[in-house]
Amino acid sequence: MAVDRSRLPLPGPEPQFNFPHIERRSLSNGLRIWTVEHRQVPLVSVLLVTAAGAAADPEHQAGLAAMTADMLDEGCGDRSALDIHETLGRLGAQLDTDVGHDATVLGLTTLRRFLSEGIGLVAEMMLQPRFAEADVDRVRDLRLNRLLQYRDSPPALADRAFAELLYREHPYGHLPIGTERSLRAIGVDDVRRFHARAFRPELTTVIAAGDGDHETLAAAVARAFDGWHMAPAAEPLPGPSSFGEPFPPSNRLAVVHRPGAAQSELRIGHVALARRTPDYHACVVLNMILGGQFVSRINMNLRQDKGYTYGARTAFEFRRAPGPFAMHASVQGDATADAIRETLQEFRAIRGERPVTVEELAVGRAALTRGYPRNFETSDQIARAAAQLALYELPDDYFSTFVPTILALGPDDITHAAERHLHPERAAVVVVGDREKIGASLASLDLGDTSEMALA
Amino acid sequence: MDIPFTKHTLQNGLDVVVHEDRAVPIVAVNVWYHVGSKDEVPGRTGFAHLFEHLMFEGSKHHDRGYFQPLQAAGAALNGSTNADRTNYWEVVPSNALDLALWMESDRMGYLLPALTDTKFENQRDVVLNERRQNYENRPYGLAGMAIVSALYPEDHPYHWMTIGAAEDIRAAHIDDVRAFFRKYYHPGNASIALAGDIDAETGLRLADEYFGDLPGGERPPRVQVPPAAVTGEVRLLLEDRVELPRLYLAWHSPALFDAGDAELDLLGDVLAGGKTSRLYRSLVYEQRIATEVAASQNSRELGSFFQVVATAAPGRTLAEVERAVARALHDVATTGPTAGEMERGLAQAESHFLSRLQTVGGFGGKSDQLNAYNTYLGNPGFFSQDLDRYRSATAEALRDAAARWLRPDARVALSVVPRGAAALGLDGSTQVAVS
Repeated sequence: MAVDRSRLPLPGPEPQFNFPHIERRSLSNGLRIWTVEHRQVPLVSVLLVTAAGAAADPEHQAGLAAMTADMLDEGCGDRSALDIHETLGRLGAQLDTDVGHDATVLGLTTLRRFLSEGIGLVAEMMLQPRFAEADVDRVRDLRLNRLLQYRDSPPALADRAFAELLYREHPYGHLPIGTERSLRAIGVDDVRRFHARAFRPELTTVIAAGDGDHETLAAAVARAFDGWHMAPAAEPLPGPSSFGEPFPPSNRLAVVHRPGAAQSELRIGHVALARRTPDYHACVVLNMILGGQFVSRINMNLRQDKGYTYGARTAFEFRRAPGPFAMHASVQGDATADAIRETLQEFRAIRGERPVTVEELAVGRAALTRGYPRNFETSDQIARAAAQLALYELPDDYFSTFVPTILALGPDDITHAAERHLHPERAAVVVVGDREKIGASLASLDLGDTSEMALA
Repeated sequence: MDIPFTKHTLQNGLDVVVHEDRAVPIVAVNVWYHVGSKDEVPGRTGFAHLFEHLMFEGSKHHDRGYFQPLQAAGAALNGSTNADRTNYWEVVPSNALDLALWMESDRMGYLLPALTDTKFENQRDVVLNERRQNYENRPYGLAGMAIVSALYPEDHPYHWMTIGAAEDIRAAHIDDVRAFFRKYYHPGNASIALAGDIDAETGLRLADEYFGDLPGGERPPRVQVPPAAVTGEVRLLLEDRVELPRLYLAWHSPALFDAGDAELDLLGDVLAGGKTSRLYRSLVYEQRIATEVAASQNSRELGSFFQVVATAAPGRTLAEVERAVARALHDVATTGPTAGEMERGLAQAESHFLSRLQTVGGFGGKSDQLNAYNTYLGNPGFFSQDLDRYRSATAEALRDAAARWLRPDARVALSVVPRGAAALGLDGSTQVAVS
């Protein structure tokens, strides 16, 4: 039977999907335990989410949160770093440490039969780290070496310059790794003090998702963390409500000179919104249409129409306090000014002169809603989705209300979100590229004075 | 542990493999064409990958972008090219399976009527920018090119990387696209796997409905080359925009699935997997002469290569790094891994195989694995036998593989050093130019 190729097949009725159920309980020490049954494969993913990230770094000690987290597997109780990793290897476990601006997340994926042993080891790392001075020195050196290598990485340079340009002295004004100077200012006592302030049961949620029933998963976590008792915090970490407003950048255009660069690495954007904004869903849809997927306006313009780049994308980075909105791309050098001009024009156009169409809205909404179940396939995905709820204090029914909330948005909602939350007139631009070759064309952009950023 | 499947070959030669997994209402559609950069010729390198880009630019009955209707249906999709094969995939909500099959079959059957100079030239620019972004403008980004061109002779199809040479990409012609499509892009050179919210009967029926009337083609002859070898140690030096010197050591090793392939994969873990691994422990943790180490068996159809990479710590030389790596290799080739190392290596392998069962689609998901086994071995059900290769590996076999393949006198040693700092490289290295 021949297929009808005169038109695309229409989708059938939407399949039903039941989002994973999270069971929540807490220990008397304040630790929250969340469990999700996901019994496809005999693996369990455990995430320890602590609401303390790089934004909690003390002044002049940027990088302390990340250093502290990195030290957790360098020795605990009577185990050396090598002992810890021998055990992880024997358990077939993967350990993963991630320090963002708002949180530190330790992740462990292990075979089901080693669940108790795996969680026990992670608890020991968190509760009884050794923090030996020699280990701190070695880890600091490794991080300094990584920073050294970042000097040659255009994306790393651009990210750092963009954070500094947008946020300056604000807690979001540095990358989690910190700077050479700030890392050198960190000693073992700073690590110990930060650990005592940040790793506390009342700030932590442990999420276990995988091949076990709720009781089994929760019992394994409870056994490992039951004995975690700490005196009340003498100097609690600053929360996002104390962060204040970042000062607007003095210049809107910053260049990091990279002689002979084959491309220019770009960041274009501004401080935008916190995760708990009521406009979250509208902004997510707006971003899908503007630069959040392959068929978005900016990628179609810069890649598919102009051929300036391998790919361009935009994102709102929603954090506990207002995070940045930014376009990211690496473009060929001679197209730098044109790519910036086109991007700012796209920011402007979607706010009114070329508002979101019904068709664009349909694609943007559908990509988010119809594809939503794909995010719940593995234990690790499920645990990470739950971690968002824990970190941003989202409601229990967040997953099941996501799709209807998105579907209820109309074109006007998206245009209003663009008007309120996209600010092309104050968007700042970072270019990591060859100033000699592109400097003259940048002057034509009318963005005011250029600041030269040297990032040592 | 396995991936249950049903396989059927359509009249036109297309292999269809279906695996049912109802956990999430999605279906993965995964298509492999048995063509990669190894099927290119010198002077036209990078072509298989450029061609892959054109597969997303529309076909006769949908002469618009490939992404739009699929993303509107909630799909994730992508494609990739390597030396041996090109793959394309969609993961769709199960109600949009017909759409994905329609789109995949249309480009398999009817790509050329929609091909235009404009599309071709635009994607050539995109690929040149991909090359700039991921190779030319990235620290150490050109090292891979220097290594494969030294490991393999000029007429060997692994002599170049899949991204190809910039001048070859510029020289590519639209007529090459037509010839390439006719030779390699037809059902007889392809395999499709469906995995997820679908039963075998429906999957086979739908595959036949959408692909069954496409004309088959001659299965193109497989590239045949004599095994490549390196005689002696080839020392090369590349100056790059980097801060720290880095040493790459590369050896020829057994082809994908050949005897010794799994052993060398495990050996990579013994040498550089985690902090207890020999190289991390010795170079980074104890001696602190390196900031990072890696070791891997890069398995490929015509022959693999094993690679050790170590970045020197500031103030340290690659000569020191090389001596420490040589000691570790000598030790493991003499006495073999310990019982503890074997236990950890096997636990990691088992855990890795299990984790490969978690997703139906995407790169490395179950549909991709079924196609890999089917394309390379003609047997989609090789998963458990593949795991057995690891389970049956012994410490002695790892030792012997190290002794046989990772010899100091048959390897490429590439020093990548900061510009103007050739003295930091290994003595006696020949400077190479790569761009």
